[in-house]
Parts: sequence; C-alpha cells; structure tokens
Amino acid sequence: MHMPEPNRRVIDAKADIVAALRAIVPGEGVIVDDEELRAYESDGLTAYRQLPLIVVLPETTDQVSRVLKCCQERGVKVVPRGAGTSLSGGALPLADGIILGLGKFNRVLEIDFDNRCAVVQPGVTNLAITKAVEDHGFYYAPDPSSQIACTIGGNVAENSGGVHCLKYGLTTNNLLGLEMVLMDGTVLRIGGKHLDAEGYDLLGIMTGSEGLLGVVTEVTVRLLKKPETVRALLVGFPTSEQAGDAVAAIIAHGIIPGGMEMMDKPAIHAAEDFVHAGYPRDVEALLIVELDGPQAEVDHLIGEVSRICDEKGAVTCRVSQNEEERTTFWAGRKAAFPAVGRISPDYYCMDGTIPRAQLPLVLRRMREFGEHYGLRVANVFHAGDGNLHPLILYDANKPGELEKAEDFGSDILKLCVEVGGVLTGEHGVGVEKRDLMGSMFNEADLQQQQRVKCAFDPESLLNPGKVFPQLHRCAELGRMHISGGKLPFPDIPRF
Amino acid sequence: MTTMMTIEKGTVFAPDNAGQVVEAVAWAAAEGEPLEVIGRGSKRALGRPLQAGHSLDLSRLDGITLYEPEELVLSARAGTPLAAIEALLDEHRQMLAFEPMDLGPLLGGAPGAASIGGMLACNLSGPRRIKAGAARDHFLGFSAVSGRGEVFKSGGRVVKNVTGYDLCKLLCGSYGTLGVMTDVTVKVLPRPEKTYTVLVVGLDDASAARAMSRALGSPHEVSGAAHLPASLAARSGVSYVAKAGAAVTAIRVEGPGPSVEYRCAALRRELADLGETEELLSQNSLTFWRELRDVQPFVDTPDAPRGDHAVWKISVAPTAGPGVVADIGHGAAFYDWGGGLIWLALPSGGDGGAAQVRDAVAKAGGHATLVRAPLELRAAEAVFQPQDAAAAMLSERVKDGFDPKRVLNPGRMYAGL
Repeated sequence: MHMPEPNRRVIDAKADIVAALRAIVPGEGVIVDDEELRAYESDGLTAYRQLPLIVVLPETTDQVSRVLKCCQERGVKVVPRGAGTSLSGGALPLADGIILGLGKFNRVLEIDFDNRCAVVQPGVTNLAITKAVEDHGFYYAPDPSSQIACTIGGNVAENSGGVHCLKYGLTTNNLLGLEMVLMDGTVLRIGGKHLDAEGYDLLGIMTGSEGLLGVVTEVTVRLLKKPETVRALLVGFPTSEQAGDAVAAIIAHGIIPGGMEMMDKPAIHAAEDFVHAGYPRDVEALLIVELDGPQAEVDHLIGEVSRICDEKGAVTCRVSQNEEERTTFWAGRKAAFPAVGRISPDYYCMDGTIPRAQLPLVLRRMREFGEHYGLRVANVFHAGDGNLHPLILYDANKPGELEKAEDFGSDILKLCVEVGGVLTGEHGVGVEKRDLMGSMFNEADLQQQQRVKCAFDPESLLNPGKVFPQLHRCAELGRMHISGGKLPFPDIPRF
Repeated sequence: MTTMMTIEKGTVFAPDNAGQVVEAVAWAAAEGEPLEVIGRGSKRALGRPLQAGHSLDLSRLDGITLYEPEELVLSARAGTPLAAIEALLDEHRQMLAFEPMDLGPLLGGAPGAASIGGMLACNLSGPRRIKAGAARDHFLGFSAVSGRGEVFKSGGRVVKNVTGYDLCKLLCGSYGTLGVMTDVTVKVLPRPEKTYTVLVVGLDDASAARAMSRALGSPHEVSGAAHLPASLAARSGVSYVAKAGAAVTAIRVEGPGPSVEYRCAALRRELADLGETEELLSQNSLTFWRELRDVQPFVDTPDAPRGDHAVWKISVAPTAGPGVVADIGHGAAFYDWGGGLIWLALPSGGDGGAAQVRDAVAKAGGHATLVRAPLELRAAEAVFQPQDAAAAMLSERVKDGFDPKRVLNPGRMYAGL
C-alpha cells in the first residue's frame, strides 16, 4: 500500500512549523516527541502504522481555523482524528503531516428536548450522547459497535452505522447541523435545529467524507424517544439459505425489525465459547431479530416473526421474556469480534454490503476462497440491510499470512460489488479499500468525486492518500476536453 | 456521419437515452448555450426564472427498471412518472416513506404530473419527513450527466453504503443545477396497515406547538404533527375538520391495527388536558394528510381563487414556528413537521412579504423558500434562502466542479449557480 510521497521540505521545516503551531495552541497542545507521537501512529486498522510529524490538540474552533490556515500556507498536510477507532485507516498519519486531534472538544453544549436534538462537540463519544439524554427517555440512534470509544465527529466523517440502521438509519439520517472548518480556515455553519438544506446539501456531502473535505467542530444530532418495549428472538436454522429466506420473508411481510443480525457456525461457536449466551451449537445460522415499539405492536410482531421463521424451517426459537434475557441474546453477537480474536492470533474484519438475496451465493464463494487461501472465515451479518462482516482468521507471525488474508479480503469485496453490492457498508474506504475503488467506480465517477474534494480543499492537503486510488491535481480535473461539441446530434428527438 | 445543423432558439431536446443526454449537454457546454432541465415539467414555475435558450425534456426516459419488494429497492429512469411508481408500490403494499408532496396543483398545474427525477432534484418530502426522513434519506444511487457532458454515477442499490462521497445528497435538492439524472434508485418501505389521527380542537398556535412537542416526545411513534388555524381548517375536505369551527391540531399514528388503536388512546389521554380530542380513522386520515402534504389550503381553484397570494415554505426549529409566524404578523399560515414547517400565504404585491419573512427567519434560524409567486416576483426577490459568504463561495465551487460552463439550469437556485 503506497501513501503519497512525503514532502522532504515540510519534514525539514518541522521546527518552524512547531513554533507556528505553538503560537496558536499553547502548552501541551502541540506534541512533537516520538515517544508521545507513538500513541497516534495507527487507528483501528493496526496493520498500518506511521508516526505523524506533529500532533496538535486544539480546544476551540478559532484554534482549529488558525491551525488549518497555518498548515495551508505552509503546504502541510493534515489528518483529522477523533478517537482513532477507524477500521479502514481513515486516521492513519502521514510522515509529513500533522494529526489534528479533536479529543479536547468533549462537551455536550446543549440538550433541547422540545426540539428533540442535542448540540455537541465532535470529541464527545457516541454513547455519551445517549448517556446525557437517557434520563429523559431519549437516545441517539446510530450505535456502531465501538460506541463506547468512537466520537461523534468521527461518526460524521465515516457516516457510521450500527445494528439498528435498517429502521433508524445511519449517521447521515440523524444529523441536523454542523459547524466545520475548511482547509483554508473558513468556518462554516450548516443546518441547525431545522430540517433540510437551504441550498446544496453540504451536510449530506460532509457526512461520510472521511475527513477529506473539512474538520467538524460542532454537531447537532436528532434525538429519538426510547421505544416503549424492546424484545428479541433468537432463531437457529439448519442452513444459512433458510435463515436468509426467513429474513426476506419477514421484510416481505411488511415488518421492519429494529435489528436483524445473522451469524454463521464459526461465529456462533466462537461467541458461545466466549460469553456462554446459550446459543445453539448445532445450527448453521443464527438470527437475532429485535422488535421495538409500543407493547401491543411488539407482542403482535413477535408472534408473526416466530411463525415466519417456523415456516422457513427454524429448528430453535427463543423469545426474550425480560430485558436480561434480551441482553444475553445480544451478548454473543456484540462480543463476536473479541470472541473470534480468542480462536485466532489475528483476524481481519471486512465490511461489504450485498443485496440480501445474494447471501447464499456469497457465502458459498467465500468458503471456496477460504479453501483456496487455506484460511478460515467467521461471518457476522447485519442481515436486514445486507451489510456483511466476514472475519478472516490468520496469524501475522506466519510469513505471508497477512498478505493472504488481505488478498482474501479483496476477493470478498470484489465479489460484493460483482453481485450488485458495495465495497463498504459502514467502515469507510480509508486506505484499506482505496485501491479497490476502481472495481466499483470508473475513472469518470472517481474524477467527479474528486472535483467535490477540489471545491472544499483545492490544494489537497486534508487527509490525502485516503479514499482515492490516484491523486489528481485540481487544475487538471477542472479542464474540459470538448470534442465533437460542434456536431449537433442529428438523432436526438427535437420539438 | 453527423452533419452541421442550426439549432433554433427554444428547441426542446427530448433524448431517448443517456447517450443522447450526453450529446445534448456536450453541445450546450461547447456552445455555452444554457439548458432548462425538465423532468415532466410539473415544477417549472418553482425557482428563479431561467435565461435558457433551449430545454432538455427527460420525459422519454421512462420506465421502472428494477423493483424487488423483498429487498426494499426500486430503480427507474429519471423521467418515469412518480404516479406510476407509487401505483406499483401500492400494489405491493409498499411506499416511498418520505411521502413526496405533489407541488403540481399548488403551482397551478395538474396533480400527479411529476417525475421521480424531478421530485428528487427538488428533495420533496411530506408530513412523514419528521419520522421517516426526507427524499434525500431514501435516495440510494443514480447515474447522471454532468455539465461537462460526462456520465457519472454514485451510490448503489443497497441501503448501507459509505463507498466514496455521497453524491446522492448533493444532487438531491440541487434543482438540476449539478447534473442531469438519467437513472435513479430509491429505498422503499412497507406501507402501514392502518392510519389514524388524533385531533385536538381549539388550540392557539403556541399551545399547538406544545401539544405537538409532547406528542413527538412520546414513545408513540408519531408520523405526522400539524396545526391548522380555524380559517384554514375550514377549507378541508374532511368534514370533521372543516366543521370543527376552530383550530385543529392533528397527530398521526400508523402501523398494525392493534398498535394504532392503543397509541391513539394513549395520545388522547396524554393530550386531554389541552383541549377536546377527536379521532380520524383511516379514510379521513389519508385524505387529511394528503391535503396537508400538497398544501391544499393554498391551492387556487375556481371556487376559491387564491392564486394572487405568494406561498412561502419556511423551515425552522419546531418550537420556533409560532414565534416566526407572529413576527411576520400577517397572512395565513399553517404548520407541519411538529411546528417546524410553516406554509405561509401572503399577498404577492410589493415584495411578497420577503423582507418580513427573511427578517423573521434570520432571527429564528432556518430557511424560507418562495414556492409560489408570479414570475416578476421570483425575478425580483431571492426565491431560496440567501446564503452567507462562506456557504455561497463553497456552493459556487461545487457548481464549478459539476457544471463549469453554467449550462444546467443556471440561476435556478441562486444567481451564478
């Protein structure tokens, strides 16, 4: 994996840059020692590491603005970072770039229950938002599995999801407003407590832009009232095809569950060995279907889902009778990643999305890939929305296994695209899937996306080397090659 | 072999396929000839007047190309009538959950004349916006032709997708100024089995806002919250509402039968201290919310000529709604989105109330759009919310990236865009 060639001139000017940054962010807010920089050398994708040139931890929007302006003037690259939990290398440092850490932006600024929203700083963790409002029976809906640690600013950058996306949407569907800073230091406020945009949907394009367009300094999120009742079913099937059929039938029946998760046998066993959630060991696929809403509705739907699963050949079916039991159903699923970590020295977590009907084909092909590479794979699957998380088991200490795992991963993602899906459902492209972008987009598609980048960051200094396999200069992208413009299309119907 | 031809002013190009759209736009870009981009033309009277010599009519890009009810996904060519899509979804007990409004009648045209591409280009949603999200939240993918005359695509056919920038968001609500969409894919959802409405009668605007906040802050999954003053309630085709003789605050619940009945009863209990409550069952509910969605109280009809009034759409924080209306101080107004969406009719003489509206909205935070107004007024006053310098600069650079020669609906939203 190649990152942009470090700029020697910038590295040599480190002392000057540090002095300029210290004039903006005093004291310990500018980190320069290798020992301390080490803490920032990678994010959740630990296979890639790089010491940043400098780490800056500003505390105010004004400081962020001045830091960015200072960096732009000196041609210094900037990598924004929240909690560093990205699984795609979105916060991977650059040797000639600074890390702009937003950790000190950690305050909940306003909670407005009447308008059902909260204004928070970007370094507030996802879970802390819910914690701040749960006394009043509200919550913030997107719940990525890293929610204890990941920050809302990072969620905006990555458009994070979670297990409740099918019913409640991703981050992008739960935001009302942003304050952000462009690379040239311009501070911009988008949206607010009202709905929809007044011009172009800049909030929408910012969300999921992986830190390439601007630095988020304040976020207004929608709050939802907690559902009255939440219950779950734990259903085992003899084949993953039957489990997939059950998922399709539930949705075809007009039911949108709050969550619908599937695990395959290796994942079931790993989870059960780890947390003893009472999962059946002799099934090929396990479904967790969670229904939430008014009590009367949930009770009614539990019956319907149970009947549908029965018709589709379920061999075990348990319905949670209380909150403790529901939590136990989820315990295994929520611990699936660490559970797999126990049965293999290393694992590589993938994140493709497929049209749900393609699941049997994709699982079969994945088994074939596994045999080809001689590696095992465990699958957890957001079954409702088709988001697949294959966990490839490998041992980094065995020469060549990491490379094999990466090739295996690429094959899986290309397969996702081939069957009508996409490379990433919620983890982002980052550096990890950057070089696979060409399997989903052609050059014209990618260039049009990069022209958006040029509108926000014409010098391409913000998080370069992520998302796009090839960097183009904005001047080059702006050029128009008009050919044949003089030939007026004799074939187009005209009136 | 192609031949040189003179293109007369006012030519309507009606391409049959994306390739022909490319040809037309490439020609326009090369010649610097702006195009008015039209789906089926139902919303041509919305936006700033265009100075385009020619138009690009997409109505021949017609047809649903993919519909998989179990996968909750539908794809269509951009000029496909929205009505055809909604009819097919209805057959399968599904819907576009964001409840796209039909602006046709309000703008003086026929109902049911919109295209799916036009609806998405205007990001049109309805009362369910507060629960299900806007059109932009259901827009999964597209293929389009940029003002550079190049085909590009974004998104896909799956709901969960963060691969690359979310250009769907940017195109949705861009009023055809960034690209000509040729194919679109949207998320669809099951249609609710039952729709009931709780009515609270006789509340003033401020009490109504409190009632709506209380209902939306309840766990009863309210999917619509609106308030009509007595004079506008009287225009309803639902006799309960028209004959109430007082202001009507409406709270909608949808879902399976037993759940809807249970929640209606709970809401009536929880709102009882505010005023007398009533209930609309399914048929009346559907009629009422459709009227509200399409701004029926302000539609010009032979019986009730109202076309001389300018109609504003104002989006603010829900609790700020009554204050904004009071601040503007005249005209007829009703509320949707729990108080956050104000539909306001003002005499179209002078500035059509622009100064007062802009001033009140600036104080409250939000945006106002002059949805219906005579051509002269739309030429003289900003139709869309004026942007601050930073947002205007950024929007202009975004436009540069898609349509550097300004050939796609130039000036439809803002001068220079």
